[in-house]
Amino acid sequence: MSSDLHFRTLVDLAGLLEAGRISSVELTQAVIARTREVEPRVQAFNSRDEADAIAQAARSDARRAARRAAGPLEGIPIGLKDVIAVAGQPLTASSRILENFVSPYDATVTQRLRAAGAVLWGRLNCDEFAMGSSTENSAFRPTRNPWDLARVPGGSSGGSAAALAAGEAVATLGSDTGGSVRQPAALCGVVGLKPTYGLLSRYGLIAYASSLDQIGPFARTVEDAAIVLGAIAGHDERDSTSVRAEIPDYRAALKTESGPWKLGIPREYFGAGLDPEIAAAVERAVAHYRSLGCEVREVSLPHTPYCLDTYYIIATAEASSNLARYDGIRYGRRAAGAQDVVDLYFRSRAEGFGAEVKRRIILGTYVLSSGYYDAYYLRAQKVRTLIRRDFLEAYREVDALITPTSPVPAFRLGEKTDPLAMYLCDIYTIGVNLAGLPAISMPGGFTSAGLPIGVQLIGQPFQEARLLALAHAYDQAHEWNRQRPKL
Amino acid sequence: MNFEAVIGLEVHVQIKTASKIFTRVAAGYGHEPNTLTDPVVLGLPGALPVMNKAALDAVIKAGLLLGCRIAPICKWDRKNYFYPDSPKNYQISQYDQPICLGGAVEIELPGPSRNVMGEHKRIPLTRIHLEEDVGKLNHGAADSQIDFNRAGTPLMEIVSEPALHTAEEAFAYLTSLRATMVQGGISDCDMEKGQLRCDANISVRPVGETTLGTKVELKNLNSISFVRDGIAHEIRRQIGILERGGVIVQETRDYDGMSDTSQALRSKEDAHDYRYFPDPDLMPVQVDEAWLARLRAECPELPFDRQRRFFAQYQLPYTLTSVLVWDRALAGFFEEAAKAAGPGRAQAVGNWIANDLLRELGAAKRPLEPAKIRPAGIAELVRMVEAGTVLTGAAKEIFVEMFATGEAPAAIAEKRGLKAAPTDQGELERWCREAIAANPKARAEFQAGKDSAINAFKGPVMKAARGQANPKLVDETLRRLLTGP
Repeated sequence: MSSDLHFRTLVDLAGLLEAGRISSVELTQAVIARTREVEPRVQAFNSRDEADAIAQAARSDARRAARRAAGPLEGIPIGLKDVIAVAGQPLTASSRILENFVSPYDATVTQRLRAAGAVLWGRLNCDEFAMGSSTENSAFRPTRNPWDLARVPGGSSGGSAAALAAGEAVATLGSDTGGSVRQPAALCGVVGLKPTYGLLSRYGLIAYASSLDQIGPFARTVEDAAIVLGAIAGHDERDSTSVRAEIPDYRAALKTESGPWKLGIPREYFGAGLDPEIAAAVERAVAHYRSLGCEVREVSLPHTPYCLDTYYIIATAEASSNLARYDGIRYGRRAAGAQDVVDLYFRSRAEGFGAEVKRRIILGTYVLSSGYYDAYYLRAQKVRTLIRRDFLEAYREVDALITPTSPVPAFRLGEKTDPLAMYLCDIYTIGVNLAGLPAISMPGGFTSAGLPIGVQLIGQPFQEARLLALAHAYDQAHEWNRQRPKL
Repeated sequence: MNFEAVIGLEVHVQIKTASKIFTRVAAGYGHEPNTLTDPVVLGLPGALPVMNKAALDAVIKAGLLLGCRIAPICKWDRKNYFYPDSPKNYQISQYDQPICLGGAVEIELPGPSRNVMGEHKRIPLTRIHLEEDVGKLNHGAADSQIDFNRAGTPLMEIVSEPALHTAEEAFAYLTSLRATMVQGGISDCDMEKGQLRCDANISVRPVGETTLGTKVELKNLNSISFVRDGIAHEIRRQIGILERGGVIVQETRDYDGMSDTSQALRSKEDAHDYRYFPDPDLMPVQVDEAWLARLRAECPELPFDRQRRFFAQYQLPYTLTSVLVWDRALAGFFEEAAKAAGPGRAQAVGNWIANDLLRELGAAKRPLEPAKIRPAGIAELVRMVEAGTVLTGAAKEIFVEMFATGEAPAAIAEKRGLKAAPTDQGELERWCREAIAANPKARAEFQAGKDSAINAFKGPVMKAARGQANPKLVDETLRRLLTGP
């Protein structure tokens, strides 16, 4: 069989499986072999259970033999960020505090992947509790960018992006609170989708900032992403923030949802700090859409300058409360030698959490404190409403927005030591989370140094079908998504 | 100097639902530790709450029963604090928008004697909100263990205005509140099982003063009597301090009902900053008029309203109503029997239920339902006694058997030969004439208009009849002879 199975698209592999030209066990073995080969350099995984993956693949082959194959994900190895619960597998959030925790239950998206026949493969590294933009905040190890091992893969879902780019999985899931799927997708040259808030169940996703968190797929192509999204989207009675929305056939919609579209370029997204090569890549994509007959015009999102502040108030406030449960009492790390229960809390959390997590817990605790709530949290919620209104106003004129995903390409490990410099990596992605919108990052070229560039398209609430079709129109017309890193 | 106390009560009532407030796991008491749990109850990573509508129904119903304004939106907040019985280290509660606002609990204070109605008052409520209960800590010598079975049980907090002034009022408040919750089907309010818990905020001030004194929160009042005793104790303690020229410290105190003592738990300085904020995991729920109308239709009559109706509709005396109205099933049983018995017999029916039925139930240690004796049986028995078919003594025997077997009273009377022997009218008339002749003074009194004087003849007649005469017939015969030519 082909020696590059691990780099094929999901669509290709589904076809090969369907045609009986490969088995899921063969495919899974190929992915495992590739992982063994490159993982010492990439370090995308927190843990892998090869025997379990092979067993799942064998069951998939048996289903296929019995003509009970579930669909395009049947037999496809998919990696999950280590913040999504898989029954019987570790669930660490890349944190010491959960170092030895094994989840007794499946997240809803995990159950849906199982139902779709996917082979659940590995626990992928990330910034601790999904807080960060480089995966350097992982308590265990930093993941490397497959395009340049001296550089970061982005974050927080860096393991999910890097594993896919390196051929260690066919698709992966991440979570996106302020850009944590789209930014690493951009830095690793893959597709990353952040769905509308409420399209997917968060049940079983370790909460960072509940009102912003959303699970999203990484895939080699927009079409692959559409397939994964279709398998995991939809209302879940265990998550009251998940919406009862009709889930269309996203893959079919790539053909039926046709343009021309009206595209908006938010002028606030092209200011100082944007790498010129990235600006040029976005312009190239804009030109392509124009060539397809799309009307492109400049729009304004005037509250963009407040996004970062608003995000770091709301996200940290929610995080300070969400992370309170990690206390060493019921599960997870329990410090030795505590004098009493309060001492146990202090020691366990002091030992268990890393610096960035502590910083955000402290910040979030502060903004919720008596006397500060109105000035910070309440005001941030009001600004959030204005930020969302900006987008909805723009959508009166245009169908979607086109922007850079990240202001800079992959940076070197250790390069950004100032937390604020790191936070600025997310300036183009954060507004989308605050507004609850869907957005996708797709490969849009390479820098002169050979680093991937991501182009972001931002859609309207629950209009993933249209957003994916728009992205597909660019993605399938270019070769960017067929470039592979030389590891 | 005279002092008056000002008391506000915070009452936690567990809501009786099949499952917990934010997940499907069963709610219950007395199970093996940590068996009523799941990822949501234990606060496992990634678990999310989903509201149990039955719990919201119950608290709205409580609000409707107590005359509260029901908020149009049920909004959830997180109350953040660390404690090992709290699995998430925050409690899902309601902060600035409680589901129920205002309302009142009607209370009755003890009357001058047991058979005289006491003064009624309406104690205004501040709010009622819904929240989740926490787990239970069991402290051992070497360690502490946590049972999370209770965690996530729906709990409502009912906060009164500082409008109570005596321990007796607090006692009456809890008695009335408990009856309301039980009759509304909202909670069983078993304090031993922690289904009703009460904290009291108490301050004292010189009579005539309008500003409040420094308050002390009294906790661990785990029976209604202990609430009364604890409050009385705390009022005495505070007055004692003030009379000695001391100063009341704002603090939380733990009351021990067994020894009638209290000790300081924590001072104001230890007060938490709970950092409330809206829970982003739960969407606000809209409570519309149709929802309220459905719950309103399910609301039962409250005991004091029922008592007022029993006075008006059945002309029952206070003592009888105060037995009948506090138990919804018993009141319903009474009304069914009174209806079956027909007009003018309600008091007789009420007597049978309040005296005989409750005695038999007590002796058998059984609840009213499912009782074998039915309201129609009691109605029939009342009519038989009235008609003289059975005599009172026999009726008591019949009742005991009705209670045991559920058989109809006529059948029992027949079977056991308890029917009153038809008295020879001639013989009865002779006994009556003799009795009248033997007591000319009573005869004169009766004929002068004192109706009750007739009773003086009845004893001798009954004695002559060895108790076998029909009292109604005796009365009729005596009247005929006394008023006749």
